[in-house]
Amino acid sequence: MIAVVDYRAGNLTSVKKALDHLHADAIVTEEPAVVAQADKIILPGVGHFSSTSILEETGLRAAILHRIQEGVPFLGICVGMQWMFESSTEAPGIQGLGLFLGACGSFAASVKSPHVGWNSLACQDGSRLLRGIPSDSFVYFTHSYSAPVVKATVARCEYGGEFSAAVEQDNLFGVQFHPEKSGPIGLKLLENFCGL
Amino acid sequence: MLTKRIIACLDVNAGRVVKGVQFQQLRDAGDPAELAAAHSQAGADEVVLLDISATHEKRTTLVDTVRRTARQLFIPFTVGGGIGSLDDATAVFDAGADKISINSAALADPSLITRIADRYGSQAVMVAIDAKRMNGEARFEAYVRGGRTPTGRDVVVWAREAEERGAGEILLTSMDRDGTGAGFDCELTRACSEALRIPVIASGGGGDMQSFVEVFQQGEADAALAASIFHFGLHRLSDLKQDLQSAGIPVRWPC
Repeated sequence: MIAVVDYRAGNLTSVKKALDHLHADAIVTEEPAVVAQADKIILPGVGHFSSTSILEETGLRAAILHRIQEGVPFLGICVGMQWMFESSTEAPGIQGLGLFLGACGSFAASVKSPHVGWNSLACQDGSRLLRGIPSDSFVYFTHSYSAPVVKATVARCEYGGEFSAAVEQDNLFGVQFHPEKSGPIGLKLLENFCGL
Repeated sequence: MLTKRIIACLDVNAGRVVKGVQFQQLRDAGDPAELAAAHSQAGADEVVLLDISATHEKRTTLVDTVRRTARQLFIPFTVGGGIGSLDDATAVFDAGADKISINSAALADPSLITRIADRYGSQAVMVAIDAKRMNGEARFEAYVRGGRTPTGRDVVVWAREAEERGAGEILLTSMDRDGTGAGFDCELTRACSEALRIPVIASGGGGDMQSFVEVFQQGEADAALAASIFHFGLHRLSDLKQDLQSAGIPVRWPC
């Protein structure tokens, strides 16, 4: 069972709909006890980095971290991926999970913000999440902050500078773009995650 | 590289797409769900569903239509027309919309922008502005209620306020060009695009390929709304993207 974590940040309908389309056994939950039973965890998220503070208050953060340590595959989407880093300048007081080093930041003043639309990926070979997805594929982004390129980066994207479009390390996965809104490429990525 | 978006717009009245042309590959040319899926396959980057009957009949967008349309659509999906409250927006989001578009209600109560953005994020809030030229000058006034009522508000000033209040995108329609196929109003589009940091979607007047090249190059639009239902056959939508690519406009092609 895949737990899609609901922390009242935005709209989870699209993620659930895409998983239903793939016939994945997924449930939307805000219960730490359900997360504790999950075979896989997806943390979607749109909106503000500070909305992740509710994960701390509800005990979801501890439940997610515990399952991650037990080796369960975890996929963070958009703000869900940013939360896997240490922090974000969007909400300086809020701590991320710190699974990847570095802070998320805003875009260069030379480009419009938010970064909205279809942009291309520069993929690295060997990613399990991106298996079958060619480099230069277009995916849909909508965000005002982004994560730096780190050792775990498996896809980079260029918008007023390079940022991490996808990260992957052991059972940890994150994507800044929205696979549920990225057409067949995005569905392929979700299918890869479901098949881990 | 971030690409310029071509957004397909479906005008819906009582759950049926209007202004439609017959597409042989579809069983039902007026069904929003089938048309949205067909546009996605033909290369549309997003789909907007506008309930055109909603504002003047004071009727909310048919949630069932949204649900059916969203089910098989895996590209961004915006719903507008008759959304006048946070509850209206919630019903449409719950049915599967990714963004909502608000127009008259935002001008009547600009705090609605902020309330929806606080709950669903700015990326989910598109503010639509119907703009009309004032006395042929390069100044534009915002109209509401389907373009029937002038507001006295300067379009660029209102667009800036909408951005400050939390709008994620501006859907900017030139009433002077809408339905003419004479080309987008590049002056209007550029005035807004230069004044804002959020993306501007140009609408009204799209016709031949050259009109799209102009609105992206001279109008500095981030996206263009193509009323492809009546200006393009579905095959023409993919032709348009290939032509734009040949003209040096970055587009998502092949999809």
